[in-house]
Amino acid sequence: MTYNVDNIESDIIELLARRVPAGVQVSAQTRIAQGLGLDSVAILDFIMDLEDRFDISIPLDRVAEVETVADLGRAVETLMGATG
Amino acid sequence: MSLFSKFDEIRAGIESLVKNGRNPFDVRFERVLSPTEALLGGRLILLLGTNNYLGLTLDAACVEASMRALHEAGTGTTGSRIANGTYADHALLERRIGEFYGRRSAIIFTTGYQANLGLISTLAGRDDYLLIDADSHASIYDASKLSTAEVMRFRHNDPDDLAHRLRRLQGRPGNRIIVTEGIYSMLGDTAPLREIAAVKREMGAWLIVDEAHSLGILGSKGRGLCEAAGVEHEVDFVVGTFSKSLGAIGGFATSDLPEFDILRVVCRPYMFTASLPPAVIASVIAALGRLSTDKSLATRVLSNCRRLYSGLAQAGFDLGPEPNPIVAIKMPDRETATQFWSRLLDEGIYVNLALPPATPASLSLIRSSISSAHTEVQIDRAVSIMTAVGHELGVLGARPSKTAMALR
Repeated sequence: MTYNVDNIESDIIELLARRVPAGVQVSAQTRIAQGLGLDSVAILDFIMDLEDRFDISIPLDRVAEVETVADLGRAVETLMGATG
Repeated sequence: MSLFSKFDEIRAGIESLVKNGRNPFDVRFERVLSPTEALLGGRLILLLGTNNYLGLTLDAACVEASMRALHEAGTGTTGSRIANGTYADHALLERRIGEFYGRRSAIIFTTGYQANLGLISTLAGRDDYLLIDADSHASIYDASKLSTAEVMRFRHNDPDDLAHRLRRLQGRPGNRIIVTEGIYSMLGDTAPLREIAAVKREMGAWLIVDEAHSLGILGSKGRGLCEAAGVEHEVDFVVGTFSKSLGAIGGFATSDLPEFDILRVVCRPYMFTASLPPAVIASVIAALGRLSTDKSLATRVLSNCRRLYSGLAQAGFDLGPEPNPIVAIKMPDRETATQFWSRLLDEGIYVNLALPPATPASLSLIRSSISSAHTEVQIDRAVSIMTAVGHELGVLGARPSKTAMALR
C-alpha cells in the first residue's frame, strides 16, 4: 500500500483509538498526551504500534516533539521518506 | 500560570489516592529493627517491600567493617572520583567487582541509577542506536534521554521483536546497543537472555545487562542472570547496584573490553559527583565477601520466593510469571491497589504500591520483595493476610470481610 499524509493520519487514528478508553473520540487535532487517559508508557507503546504499522523507527526524541495526531502524521511521513 | 501547574494532574491523582487513608509516597519508619521488621506509628511492621534480598543491612561483619572505615577515614570523601574521591578502598572494591564477575575492569558509581545513567548515555553517542526493553527501569529511560543516540524500545522480553527492530536499521552506520535487565523490577520476570544474546551476535550489536535485582540471587556464583543463562561471554557490560543484595548504596559497571576505563574521563555522571563514603565502600566489600562465601543466603531467598509465590498463586491471585525475589500481585485498578496496600499496612505488612506509569502495561501492582532473612513463619503470615485482604476487597472473590480481622 502507498502511504500519503491522509492515509497515514487515518491509520494513526485507528491505532490510537484501540488504546484509548471506549467512547473517547480521536481526530487529527487530538493532543496525544492530554485528555486521552494515556500515561507516558502507554503513549510509548502506541509509538511501537506505529513503528510496526509503517515499518519505520521512531526515535524517542522525535516523540517528545509531537503534540497532535497531525504532528505525528507529518513525523511518520518524514521518517518513511527517510527510510525509503 | 503557576510554575507548578504542570503537576496539577499528578497532584490531583495523589490527593484522590490519599483521601481514603495513607499516603503511599510518604511512609516514615520510626525505627528499622531488622531486615524484616520495623516500627511504624508505634506498631511492629513486617517488611516485605524493601529489596533487602540477602538481609545484609544489619549483618555484623558488614556493620563492623563500615564502622571501622567511618572511624578511620571519616564521614565522606568530599570529592569526585577524578579529583580527591578515590581512596585505596574504592580501587579495591573495583578490583573485587571485576574478580567477582571474572571481568577485566569495573567502575563504581555513587548510585545504581547513576551507573545506568553514566554507562548508557556515554556509550551511546551520536549516530549510534540504543535499543531498550520497553519495561526498562527509569534510570535506563533517563540515560536514553541524556544520550545523543537514537533511542528505540523493543517489546518487553521479545527477542524476535528486537531482531525486527534491528533489521529496520540495516544499512545505517553506527553502533547498536541493546539494554536489558536480568530480573525486571516490577513483575519479577527474567529476560530471555540466551535468545537476546543470539540476536545480538547475529546482528553485530553490543549488549548491556542490568543485574540490579539478580546479583547474589541467580547463578551458582551469584553473578545474576547472565551467569545462570550461560551467556556471560556474550554480554559486553554488566551493570548492578550495591543497594539491594549488598545492603548499602552505589552502583557499578563491569566489562572485559580493554578500552572500558576511558569512561572514567568521559562519563559525566561518574566524573561530576562526589564518590561514595568510605563506610559504604567498606560495607560493600564485606557484603560481597559474605555473598561469595555463604551460599545459604541465595538458597534461602529463593526458597522464600517460592513459598510466597506458591502460597499466593494457590490463593488465586494473578501474579507475575516467575517466583523470583520480586512477587507482584496484579490488582484490578489503582483504587483497589491503594486500598489493598493500606489494608496490608493496617494488618502489619509493608509492601510496595506500584502504579502506572511506573509499571508496565498500565498495571496496578502490589509488589513484594523477599529476603533470605524472612522466616517461613513470616512468609506464611503474609500469605494468610494477603489472602484475607484479597477476599475482603473482592480481588479473590467474595468471602466475609471479617476474615482479615480474625487473623490479627
